[in-house]
Formats: sequence, structure tokens, C-alpha cells
Amino acid sequence: MLHIVVCIKQVPDSREIRIDPKNNTLIRQGVPSIVNFYDMHGLEEALRIKDEHGARVTVVTMGPPPAEKGLKECISLGADEAVLVTDRGFAGADTLATSYVVATTISKIAETWGPVDLVFCGKQTLDGDTGQVGPGVACRLDLEQLTYVNQVVNVDEVKRKVRVHRLLEDGVEVVETSMPVLITALKELNKVRRATLPGMIRAARYKPVVWTTADFPNLERAKIGLKGSPTIVSKTWVPEVKAVKTQMITYDTAEGAAASLAEQLWEQDLPARLGWIS
Amino acid sequence: MVSDKSSEQTDSSMPDWSAYRGVLIVVEQRDGEVKKVSWQLLGEGKKLAQKLEAPLMALVIGDGVAHLAEEAVHYGADRVYLCEAPELRTYRTRPYSRVCLKLIEEAKPEIVLFGATATGRDLAGAIATHLPTGLTADTTQLDVEPPPSRLLLASRPAFSEKMMATILCKQYRPQMATARAGVFQALPKDTARTGEIVRIEAGMREEEIAAQVLDFLHETGKINLEEAEIIVSGGRGLGGPDGFAPLAELAAALGGVVGASRAAVDAGWIGHEHQVGQTGATVRPKLYFAIGISGAVQHTVGMSNADVVVAINKDEKASIFQFAHYGIVGDLFKIVPAITAEIKKRRTLFGMPLPGADSPAAGAEAAAEGSVSQEVNMAAQERSEAR
Repeated sequence: MLHIVVCIKQVPDSREIRIDPKNNTLIRQGVPSIVNFYDMHGLEEALRIKDEHGARVTVVTMGPPPAEKGLKECISLGADEAVLVTDRGFAGADTLATSYVVATTISKIAETWGPVDLVFCGKQTLDGDTGQVGPGVACRLDLEQLTYVNQVVNVDEVKRKVRVHRLLEDGVEVVETSMPVLITALKELNKVRRATLPGMIRAARYKPVVWTTADFPNLERAKIGLKGSPTIVSKTWVPEVKAVKTQMITYDTAEGAAASLAEQLWEQDLPARLGWIS
Repeated sequence: MVSDKSSEQTDSSMPDWSAYRGVLIVVEQRDGEVKKVSWQLLGEGKKLAQKLEAPLMALVIGDGVAHLAEEAVHYGADRVYLCEAPELRTYRTRPYSRVCLKLIEEAKPEIVLFGATATGRDLAGAIATHLPTGLTADTTQLDVEPPPSRLLLASRPAFSEKMMATILCKQYRPQMATARAGVFQALPKDTARTGEIVRIEAGMREEEIAAQVLDFLHETGKINLEEAEIIVSGGRGLGGPDGFAPLAELAAALGGVVGASRAAVDAGWIGHEHQVGQTGATVRPKLYFAIGISGAVQHTVGMSNADVVVAINKDEKASIFQFAHYGIVGDLFKIVPAITAEIKKRRTLFGMPLPGADSPAAGAEAAAEGSVSQEVNMAAQERSEAR
């Protein structure tokens, strides 16, 4: 039976974060914590593969204890096990340190529940927006890597092949590779299911497996948390809105407005700038 | 993320990285056609290299891409590493990262930059972990501290574009970043420029590579907003999906592409691939039309770097006018067709061919979305096949 690991992250919904205009700071109050929605599409795809082929689905997150809530949500949708890796020592991790802990955890998951065939991550998180943890985990575990996937075409258990569509800027790439493989999910990948009543009951009773640094005797301290993070944030600021001098076009008819606009654009030498004339 | 952690690490603990010198740009291409962001990064990389008094290098990987190595010189590279092999024809993570890693080890650049494209992010993420080193995603501002510190100041939007953060990598080399398309300026192409082209070997044989690219489907309704020079965007004021028809006609007349605000996308009037702004594309076109768009920050963060902005809105108080160079208050359904007619008239009058004939491909091709003329569609199709 296939063993699929889904990596999730509980994030503040950055779309809801506002800037306090008085002192240019982030207003975090009242910002809901959600499971990064790209990750949920990864979970959904794992559950679809489970529905079709039969599979064990293990969900993992690194985060503070409240991240348990996100894991329970995954259980309610049909994941089999959920692992919370939590430790104060993990705090302040950048993508490199995060991928180290997540990869180490996936290795332990493989030791505990059997070899892992597929790993799903979201294409990026809402709070970090980097998309770097997925490739980082793949690199550390020496997995094949399929990023920006908008369709899983086929999972062949016998030949141990996975075929997907990757949505790139200039088109769609059809690519096939061998398992074990890490896939990063786009929201176009699928539509996330709703929890069933039995699922919700199971989730309510479920206690995620909690691992701390004590559970990883070989974990290298220099590679975790702030210490293991090569990147540091040195400065943050709120970008200023560029002042634009607006010229309002007054007109009698729509045609007049159009002619007046075109006249202005031509005066700005736009045809040459657009390469219409050499 | 936002706290000041720099005090944790002091400069005295900095390892000796003096062997690492120069700026390396990893050039991205498909079928021998370069991604514009690569030349934009050479332009920005040149500035960084000059401040560091170090060479600007480029790495071109592919099959039959020697012409791009020469072009990289024309766009500012002092030295270009060229790796050509049949198994490198299309991008695949493992063979490409093998080439990059080997080159980074040998050439020892202090800074490595990639386009923040799907491919660039896929590749950079793998390489940074392997080295290991720090990687900053999606940068929109780059600078360096002058010697002796030579630190890369990599700045990027954070929290859905509401803030900017400057990120440093003090303890590792090279310092790596991906950078957004359309943000930095390419240098003018100088065919008289000369530079060194160094051929390097591919590191993997086909048998060792598991991933097989079976097909590539161009033009799948996905448009390239980031690289578009002209964008005609619509918002809630369009009133429905049909409201995009006159915008598509204007875009076709201009040789541009159709964009949209989040409101129009969320309403289901147009696909997400058209979205400009937060959770959509950040664009830097030469000409941007904001039509029936109120100008919420979620939209303006993605378009305020356009060279010329024209706003059309029935509400004279709409905040979009604060971002516009030209504003027209009125009924978009009357004004937009009038502008389309005026543009067509002027292009004919002044002998500027209409798109669909032989205008730059990018615009017309991407405009081929639904309501655009059949002619444009066919031209796009032909170009697509020609590649």
C-alpha cells in the first residue's frame, strides 16, 4: 500500500493582515489562523489517491502546539495519522532549517509507519511565499521533485511512476518520474472535500503524535531554528505609494475623450516606446 | 519573520569568503528562446558587480543554446558559462542542479540570481539546500554593501505585498535570490560587446535521470501578464463577464493582454490567470489601463510600477485615479470602444501595423482569449507552432 506524507503549515491568513496607517506596523489582531490553503490541495490529492488506490496518509506539521488544530482538520477529512513536530528550538527557522526538520521528521515517519512513496507540499505558504521548503525537503531526502503541479494524471503503483501536469508561466508541462517523489500543489489541482460527520467525530477524539527534539537523537542542533538559518531579516518597511501627477481628461463626447487621450499618449512618445514605430 | 534578528550574529564570526567573487545570473530558456527576466537580471547584476568591482557571469544551460551565450555578453555578461547537451534540452531539476552546483563550486560566485519563475524557484530551492546556503525568494529590490562587507541586500514584498523586508545571508556563500520578472531593467543590447564564453560539461547521463518530460502544451489560456508591455485591466465596474469584451478589443487593437482585479476574478467573470495584484501577477507594463477598477491596495500593489497608467471610472473619487497619469470619468462602455476606434484609426493613419500582422508576438498572442478576433488567434497559433 502506498504511503503518502502531506506537509502542512498553520499560517496567519496574510490576506487579512492590515497595516496600521499611524505607525506603519502590522495589525495581527483578529487575523484568523488557517491551514495554508495550497497544503489543503496537497492533502486532497493524497486522499484522492487513497480513495482510488488505497494508501496510508500521514500529515505532518512543524509549529507551535496550537498547530494541532490544523492537523485535526486533516484527520477530519480522512488522513490516517498526524504528527506535530514542536520545540522551542525550532523557532526562528528559515526555509533551510525548516526543510531540515521536516525531512528528518519524514524519515522518522518512514521508520514508524513504513517507507514513503509520495510527499505533498503546497506550492508555497501564505506567510512566507517562498516555495522553497518543498524543493528543500526533496533535496534532503533525495526524492524526485515535481513542483507547481495542477493535475496528477496517473499514479502507477506497479511501475512506481507518477505522471503530472506542471503549470508554468508559458504553458503546461507533462512530466513523468519515479517514486518516491515530492509534489508541490497548486490550487488548480483539485477541489478540497468537506469533512464528513464520522470524520469530524474521529478528529475530535484524535490526539496527534507529538515529537520534540528529544525524539530525534541524531538531530544536529546547529541546523535547526534561528541558528540553522542562513537568512536573517535585517529591516522591514512599508513601501511608499509613488505620487503620480494625474491629468484628468475633460470631454464632451466619448470620441472626444478618446481623441484627447490618444493625443496625450502620442505626445508622450508612446508609439515609439511601444515599438510601433522605430 | 519581522523581528530584527541581525544582532544575534556578529560580523566578527564571519567566515573568510574571499575566494567567492562576482555575480552569477542563471539564464532561463525554453527551446532556445530566453526568458526576458534573465536579461533583466543581467542588467541589475551589472550594477551589483560594478559596486563590488567584480565580474558579471552568466550560466546558459540547454541544447543548441550557444546563441544565448553570445546574447548574454551583449546584455552585459563579462563571462558566460555554456553547458550544452541533449539531455539538457528541457529543464529537469536533477541534471540542471548538477550543472549549477558544479559551476558554483568551481567559479565561486558570491551572488547567484535566478528568475522567480516556476523553473527558477524549482532550481534555486534545490541548489540552496544542497550547498547549503541562504536563498531569498521573489526579490524586487537588490543592492550590495560596498567592500569589505559585500553583503547582498535582498528585498522582497512580505505579507501579501503590504510590507517590504530586506534579507541578508551573512554566514554562507554564495548569497542566492530569485527575482521577479518585469521589475529590473535589461541593458540595451550591445552587439559590439565582447566577453569570454567558457564551455562546461554536463554532469549526468540520460540513464541516470528519472524525470521524463513527455509533452509541453503552449498557450493553454494562460497569459503572461508579467512580461506584457500593454495591459488592459477590468474590475467590478464591468458589471459581468460580458464587460470584458470591449476590453479585449482594446487590448487587441493595442497589441496588449487583458488583466483583471481580484473583484472581477472572485466574481467568476474571468480566470485567475488574468489577475493583477495581490495573489495575482505583479506587472510593470509600459501602458496600463485600469477600467472599472476602484483602486484597492490589493490591486495597486501589482500595477503601480507601470510606466503610464490610464484610469477610466464612473466615480471621480475612485482611488485608482491617485495612481493614474491620465484619468477619464465616465461610462466605460462608451469610452473604451471610442478609444479602441481611435487607436485603430491612428495606427492605420500613421502606418503602424495592427497586431496580428507582424507586431511583437507576446502581446497579441496572449490577447488570444475568447473575444479577440479570429485573425489574432490564428497568428498566435502559427507562432506557437513555429516554436
